[in-house]
Amino acid sequence: MTIQFNDETFRDDYSFRNSEWAIKRFPFPFHEDSYMYSVNMEQHRGGPAGSVYEKRFDVDEHYLAEMKDRALVLDQDPLRCQSLPHMTLAGWDLLELIMECKSEDYPDLFELHRNGNTWRWVNKPMGIDDTFTFLDETTLPYGPMEYITRQAQGDFAVLDQRDDMLWMDAGMITTQADWSLDFDIGMNFFEWHAPVPLAHEKGIFIRALKFLLNIQQGAPARRLNWTMTVNPLLDTSPENYHKWGIQKTELSPENIGHKQHLRVELQTFYRLPRSNALVFPIRCYLCNFQDMMTMPKWGRRLHRVIRDLPDELATYKGFIDNKPMMLDYLSQFDDGQPTSPGIWPDQETEPPLQK
Amino acid sequence: MAKFEFPPSILSRPVWGRLEARSGKSHLMIADAEGAEAILDIATPELMENTHIIYIPKGANHADKLRALAPAQFYEGPSYDASVQRIRRVLSGAHMGLQVYLTGTESLMGQAMRETSTAGIPHSAVQTEHRGSVARRMQCVHCKGITEDVELDPFVCSHCGLNLFVRDHYSRRHAAYQGVCVDAEDHGNIPEPKGIYE
Repeated sequence: MTIQFNDETFRDDYSFRNSEWAIKRFPFPFHEDSYMYSVNMEQHRGGPAGSVYEKRFDVDEHYLAEMKDRALVLDQDPLRCQSLPHMTLAGWDLLELIMECKSEDYPDLFELHRNGNTWRWVNKPMGIDDTFTFLDETTLPYGPMEYITRQAQGDFAVLDQRDDMLWMDAGMITTQADWSLDFDIGMNFFEWHAPVPLAHEKGIFIRALKFLLNIQQGAPARRLNWTMTVNPLLDTSPENYHKWGIQKTELSPENIGHKQHLRVELQTFYRLPRSNALVFPIRCYLCNFQDMMTMPKWGRRLHRVIRDLPDELATYKGFIDNKPMMLDYLSQFDDGQPTSPGIWPDQETEPPLQK
Repeated sequence: MAKFEFPPSILSRPVWGRLEARSGKSHLMIADAEGAEAILDIATPELMENTHIIYIPKGANHADKLRALAPAQFYEGPSYDASVQRIRRVLSGAHMGLQVYLTGTESLMGQAMRETSTAGIPHSAVQTEHRGSVARRMQCVHCKGITEDVELDPFVCSHCGLNLFVRDHYSRRHAAYQGVCVDAEDHGNIPEPKGIYE
């Protein structure tokens, strides 16, 4: 299908909208009626046609608007994109991976023509047609990681692997759920996750690290993570928290349906061939409550998950103060009916709301 | 002076050790303020024969006692910033087998540790011991400015003026803890400042 790219904003007037297509394919992150941390990894080998799992790097209707928002963030704060000196080769690996995947998965949108080390990259939606020499930084307007991630949705953490450990040594981080690349760069896997509550005690990070260290070339993995965001704000960075934090208090029973968004990260993990680094794309999908409630199964389930979530998690995810208002709203969409297993909306088989 | 026992914390927070005299061809000891006492505790005439001490008093009164140890080299610096070029020069000329001892405030140890790792000194050759003030070196996550010697939580960023709360999240590259706006969700509601460990 041809994607119609939205003209929309993720700031100021927040004109971001999800089409019916986007709502239906929203990666709802709860496979059952409750949530706790787990090492919920699976192979990233495609998925149902049209789903966000189908392609290796999903492109959707928000592509151009997200790239415009990223450029704005970088203009204001270039520290959101950093790469330690030893990570340049990993940047080339990433550029190659994204160009190959996008040109193969979306041949009508992207083209890659290779003649030895002379490469021509065509990005039709963004109007880019560049010829450069692979592995020669002087032939690109930015470093390789920055160049390609200015053209790819989602954040990208590029992790060096040494001493049986992963190190956050490069990244393009402009749509983050409240963590700072500038502060965390150079940290190891346990250090940058240090502020996360409960998960260390449950051994989550020890097992996750073991899994990630063993990811092989050509066998990427994926998982979903989630949080809550008031307004469709991509840049929920700690750097700008003093500006956006107040928006959390602007929620009311009247506006919660369109202002409160579930923020889902599709996290994927790829081994890079030359550098042996691991790239960790963190793709953010936003959906407001009222759009999500058009899927009866999601309405029932979201209410139960939020109702039963431990307070530590609601605090860490930053919505403990708004949790009662969320429950008031969500309870209208929970009629006590059972829900089918799995994350898919199952529109054809799930009964409509009985309230 | 009794040693402060830091409460258990998150995994990014550094854990400081206790100095012991090690065998080595040469020794570099960098200390500020009460860190001098940790050096005095392990000093022996043999150790001092091959020791370079860099000491920043920060108002403490231990320089003469250190000088009296008769180390091979002794330097008293007025501040860390004034001493850092010298530290870099010494590290760049270091040979295999150098033992490094860092002691005093977390700010001093964190910054000097960053210099040792930049210089390629193996971490196994670097020891630390906290002494004296428990004040922190803080990075403002908003303006990126560093505020030194923060004793109270929350505090005012010395660069942008925002009121910041003190996190335990620590960056070894910045040698600083993270400060985050405390009233972002309720402008002007600043909790009464209290000591970081109170």
